[in-house]
Amino acid sequence: MNADWPLLSLTLWTPIIGGLTVLFTGDKGDTLGVRRLALVVSVITFLLSLGLYTGFDTTTAEMQFVEKYAWIDAFKIHYHLGVDGISMPLIILTTFTTILVVIAGWEVIQKKVSQYFAAFLIMEGLMIGVFSALDSIFFYVFWEGMLIPMFIIIGIWGGERRVYATIKFFIYTFIGSVLMLVSLIYMYYQGDSFSILDMHVLKLGLTEQTLIFLAFLLAFAVKVPMWPVHTWLPDAHVEAPTGGSVILAAIMLKIGGYGFLRFSLPITPDASQALDWLVILMSLVAVVYIGFVALVQRDMKKLVAYSSIAHMGFVTLGIFVVFQIWSNPANASQNGAALAVEGAMIQMISHGFISGALFLMIGVLYDRMHTRQINDYGGVVNTMPIFAAFAVFFAMSNAGLPGTSGFVGEFMVIIASFHANFWYALLAATTLILGAAYTLWMVKRVFYGEVANENVRVLQDLNSREFVVMATLAVAVLALGLWPAPVVDVMHASVDNLLKHVAISKL
Amino acid sequence: MESVYLAIPLAALAGAIIAGFFGGSIGRIGAHTATILGVGTSFALSLYVLYQHVFVGLVPFNGPVYTWMVSDGIRFEVGFLIDNLTVMMMAVVTGVSLAVHVYTIGYMADDAHNWPKDSLAGRNSYQRFFAYISLFTFSMLILVMSNNFMQLFFGWEAVGLVSYLLIGFWSVRPTAIYANLKAFLVNRVGDFGFILGIAAVVMYTGSLDYVEVFAKAESLSQQTMSIFGDSAWNVVTVICILLFIGAMGKSAQVPLHVWLPDSMEGPTPISALIHAATMVTAGIFMVARMSPLYEFSETALSFVLVIGAITALAMGLIGIVQNDIKRVVAYSTLSQLGYMTVALGVSAYSAAVFHLMTHAFFKALLFLAAGSVIIAMHHEQDMRKMGGLKKYMPITYWTSLIGSLALIGFPGTSGFFSKDAIIEAVHYSQIPGHSFAYIAVLSGVFITAFYSFRMFFLVFHTEERMDEHTRQHIHETPWVVTMPLIALAIPSLLIGGFTIGSMLFGDFFDGAIVIHESHNALARVGEHFHGAWSFIEHGFAGPAVYLAALGVFAAWFIYVKHPSIAQQMRDRFSLIYNILDRKYGFDEFNERVFGAGGRGLGNRLWQIGDVVLIDGLLVNGSAKMVAWFASIVRHLQTGLLYHYAFAMIIGVLMLLTLFVII
Repeated sequence: MNADWPLLSLTLWTPIIGGLTVLFTGDKGDTLGVRRLALVVSVITFLLSLGLYTGFDTTTAEMQFVEKYAWIDAFKIHYHLGVDGISMPLIILTTFTTILVVIAGWEVIQKKVSQYFAAFLIMEGLMIGVFSALDSIFFYVFWEGMLIPMFIIIGIWGGERRVYATIKFFIYTFIGSVLMLVSLIYMYYQGDSFSILDMHVLKLGLTEQTLIFLAFLLAFAVKVPMWPVHTWLPDAHVEAPTGGSVILAAIMLKIGGYGFLRFSLPITPDASQALDWLVILMSLVAVVYIGFVALVQRDMKKLVAYSSIAHMGFVTLGIFVVFQIWSNPANASQNGAALAVEGAMIQMISHGFISGALFLMIGVLYDRMHTRQINDYGGVVNTMPIFAAFAVFFAMSNAGLPGTSGFVGEFMVIIASFHANFWYALLAATTLILGAAYTLWMVKRVFYGEVANENVRVLQDLNSREFVVMATLAVAVLALGLWPAPVVDVMHASVDNLLKHVAISKL
Repeated sequence: MESVYLAIPLAALAGAIIAGFFGGSIGRIGAHTATILGVGTSFALSLYVLYQHVFVGLVPFNGPVYTWMVSDGIRFEVGFLIDNLTVMMMAVVTGVSLAVHVYTIGYMADDAHNWPKDSLAGRNSYQRFFAYISLFTFSMLILVMSNNFMQLFFGWEAVGLVSYLLIGFWSVRPTAIYANLKAFLVNRVGDFGFILGIAAVVMYTGSLDYVEVFAKAESLSQQTMSIFGDSAWNVVTVICILLFIGAMGKSAQVPLHVWLPDSMEGPTPISALIHAATMVTAGIFMVARMSPLYEFSETALSFVLVIGAITALAMGLIGIVQNDIKRVVAYSTLSQLGYMTVALGVSAYSAAVFHLMTHAFFKALLFLAAGSVIIAMHHEQDMRKMGGLKKYMPITYWTSLIGSLALIGFPGTSGFFSKDAIIEAVHYSQIPGHSFAYIAVLSGVFITAFYSFRMFFLVFHTEERMDEHTRQHIHETPWVVTMPLIALAIPSLLIGGFTIGSMLFGDFFDGAIVIHESHNALARVGEHFHGAWSFIEHGFAGPAVYLAALGVFAAWFIYVKHPSIAQQMRDRFSLIYNILDRKYGFDEFNERVFGAGGRGLGNRLWQIGDVVLIDGLLVNGSAKMVAWFASIVRHLQTGLLYHYAFAMIIGVLMLLTLFVII
C-alpha cells in the first residue's frame, strides 16, 4: 500500500459512500445485485483496514496514518484522523464484523433490502470514524451519528416492542452524551483547541477534572453499558434484528471502553484516580450481579445481552484498576497495570467475536423457529448436529475456556486485579463459575436432551452460508485464544505511553 | 529430542482431528485406525522418552515451544518441562489411553442403540467418541508436559472440557446432561481457586515459569499478605491453598467430589480413562509438581492432609451401600484419590505419584472389567441383578480378581506397595492432622477390602439373579475388550514391586520433587527398606494387611455365606445406612443452596433490581415524571389570547414591583 494514500479516509468513506450507493440503487428489480454490492463494499473496506495493520509501526506510540485538514476554521475544528495501538484493532474488528453481518442478512432480510444493507454500511463508516477521529467535535459527530442507523435498524427491522426499545436506546445514549459535549466545549474554551491530543495535555484542576470525568463516565458507562445504566441493552437486543444485535454487541459497546481509554484516563487522570473505586465497584457489580441475572433469563437474546454486560465489566475493571495496582503497597514490583489495560482491550476484541457469534447463532435458530424462548427448544443437537457443535464451542468461549479468545482477557484482568486487591480478583473470578453456569445451562436446555417438540424435529442444519459465517468466527476465536501475541504486540507502545501519561498528575 | 517431545501430544491431536472432522467420510474403521495410530505413536514415543531419561540418563529438558504473548514484561509461554515425573505421567497416560482406545472398539460397537432412531447426533457417534478420547489424551499430555502455570491451566481446563463432552456423550439422556453440567460447574469452582492461585504467583514472582517461581519459593515464604483486615497470611500458604482448591475440583476431594459419581453417566471407557486413571489424578500430579512450593507451608500441607483423609474415609463408606457396579468403582476411586492426597499432605509426594501410577492401572482395569460385565449383561449395571458370572466370563473374572486384589493391597500386588508406603509415611509424619489421617487410612483399608469384595462376590459368585433372557446370552466379551484387560492386569500385578525401589526410595524423582528434611516421613520409611521382598515381609508386621483380610472375610461372610445378614444389618443400622445412601446429603445441599439459591438470587436481582428499581423507578419513572410535568404545564397553554395577555400584565407588574423595591 502506497504510504501517501489517505488510508484511514478511504477506510472510513468507502462504506459510507458504498452504503449510499446501495441505498440509491434501491429494491427495484433484483435485490441480489444490492446484496452483492454490499458484500463487495464490506470486503473492500476490510481489505483497506488490513492495510492499517500491515503498515502499522508497533514501536511507536505516536498516532499513525494521520490526516489533518481544517474543517470549521472559526472554531478550529479539524478533519483530523489517526490511529494508535488502542484504536487500530477495534477498526479491524469493525470491518471484519460488518462482512459477517452482511452475509448473515443475505436471505433473511426480505423487507427494504437496500435500506438494510445501506444502514449497516453507513454505520460501519461512522464507527470507524469514532475510532479514528482525533478532533473531539469530529468524534462527537460520528458518536451521535452512529445512533441514527442503529435507531433505524431496530425501529424498522425489529421485533414487536421495537418502538419502546428504540426510544429507550436513543434517550439513554443521547442523555449520556449531551454532558460530554458540554465538557468538550468547556475544554475548548480552556485550551483553545478541540484536538483530543491537546486535551490530553490540558492542565485542569481537580474540580474541573471531576466534573468532566463524571460527564464522560455517564456517556461511556451508558455505551458499555455498566450497571446501573445497562437496562437499555437487553431490550434493544431483544427487539433488534440479528445483524443489529451483532453490531451492537460486537462494536458499539466497545466504543464505551474506547472512550474511557481515549478520553477519561488521559484527560482526567487525577479524577480517574480519585473516583476509580466507583468504576471498579460498578464493574464488579456487573460481573457478579449481572451474572446471576443472566442465569435466570428465559429469552436467549436477553441472556446473551446480560452476559455481554458481565463480560464488559472486565473491560472497565481492567481500565480503572491500574491506579490501585500502583498504589497497593503489597505490590512491590509495581507491575500489572499494562497487563490490566491490555487485558481489557483483548477482552473487547474477543467479546466482539464471541458475542457476535452468539447473536448470529440465536439468529440461526430464530430464522427457523421464530422464537427466542429457551423453553421452546430442546434436543436441537438431534436435528442440527453441526450447528450444535458450533454452539458448544462458542458457549465454551463465552465461559472463558483457555484456548479460546474468551480466556485471554479475563485471565489477564483477573491476574492484574489481584495486584491491586485480592477481593477484586476474587469477585472477578466468579465469572468462571457464573459464566459457565448461565451459558452452559442454556446450551443444555436448548441443544441437549430428547427432541422437545415437532418444530425442533423438522429443523434443518446450517446451510453453507451460515456455516461459513460460523466457521470464520470460530477460527478467529481460536486464533486469538491460541496466539494472542500478534494482537497484543500492536498495543504495547500505545498502552505504555498511555500509562506513563496517566501516572503523571495534572495538578 | 525436542521434536520427539512435540510429536507426542501432536500425534494424539492429529488422530482427534482426523476422526473428529472427517469421521463421516473415513467411517468407523478409518476413525479408530487413525486415533489408535495417533495414540499408539504417542505411547511408543513416550516409552522411548522414558527410556532415554530413566535409563540412558538424559538430563531434564526445560524449554519453550512458542511465546503465547508478552504483556507487562510477563512472558506467557507454551513449553515443556520433561523430567522423570513427566515421563512417568506421559507413559501412564498414553499407555492407559491406548488400552482404552482398543477397548472402545468393542464397547462402542453398537452405540447406535443408545440413540433415538432419527437422531442425527447419533450418526457418527462412534467416530466422535474416538475423536474425544484422543483429544483428551492430547489435553492431558499438554497438562503434564507443561513447564509453566498458564499451560498447566490450559491442559487443566481442556481435560475438563473433554470430560464435559464425554459425560454428556449420550446427549439425549437427561441424567447424562445433568451430570456433565454439574461436573463442569463443580470443576469450575475448583478452577476459580486455581486461577487466583496463579494470579498470586504472578504478582509475587512476576513469572509463570515453574523453575523461576520455585527459585523464589524461599523468599516468598518470608512474605505475608493481608486478606481479611490486617491478618497476615504467608504468601506461600495462600498460593498453595488456592492451587489446591483447583486440585480439589479436578481430583474430586470433599466437598468438591460431588461430580465424580455422577460422571459415571458417561460411557465406561471414559470412566476408566478420565474418571479413574488420568484426569482425576491431575490434581495429585499438580501438587507433586509444586512440591518446592508446598514444602514451605506446613499449613497448606496440613490442609491437604485433612481433606485427603476425610475423602479417603468418607467416600469409601459410601461405596459399601452402592448397588450400581460402576458407582462402587467410582466411590472407590474417590477414596483412593483421598489416599493420594493424604500422601501429598505428609510430603510423601513420590508415594502419591507412585500410588497414582499403580492406581491408574488397576482402576482402569476394574472399570474396563465392569464395562465388560455391563456389555455381557446387556447394559444392566445393578449388581442385585447379577451373580455367578464366573463360569461365563473367565477372563473378566480373573482380571477383575487381580484388579480387586491390587485395590485392597494384597501383599505383592502393585497396590500393596503403593498403599502400604502411604500408610507407613502417615505413620511417621509429624504434620498436624497426622493422627486423624492415620486412623482414616487404616480404617479405609478395611472398608476398601469390604466393598471391593462385596462387589466381586455379588457379581461373580452367589446365585444367578438375572432374568432368563439375559442369562442365555451371557458370554465372554470379544478380544478387543479382554485384551486390554489382560494388558492392564500385568502392571496391576507387577509394576509396583519392580519400581518401588527406585521411585520411592531411590533417586527417580530427584530434582522433580523436593522434600525438606524436617518432614520427610518417607525417608523414615525408607530406613527400613531393603528391597521389594522385605517390604512385603515388613507389611505383615503392620495392621493393614490383616485389616484387608478381615474386610474380605466380612464381605464373604455377609454376602456369600449368610446373605440374610446384609438385610438385617441394613435394618438395624438404618440411620447410618440412610446417611450413606444419601451420600451425606451433599447433593441435596448443593441443589438447594447453590442451585435453587443461585436461581432465586438471580430472579430477585432481576425482578427487583433491574425491573422495579432501575427500569421502573429511574428509567420509566423519569419518563413518567416528564409526562406528568408536561401534563401540568400543558394547562398553561390554553390557546386563549386573554389568558396570555393576563399573564403578561401580571408579569410586568411583578417586574415593576421588583425594580421599585430594589
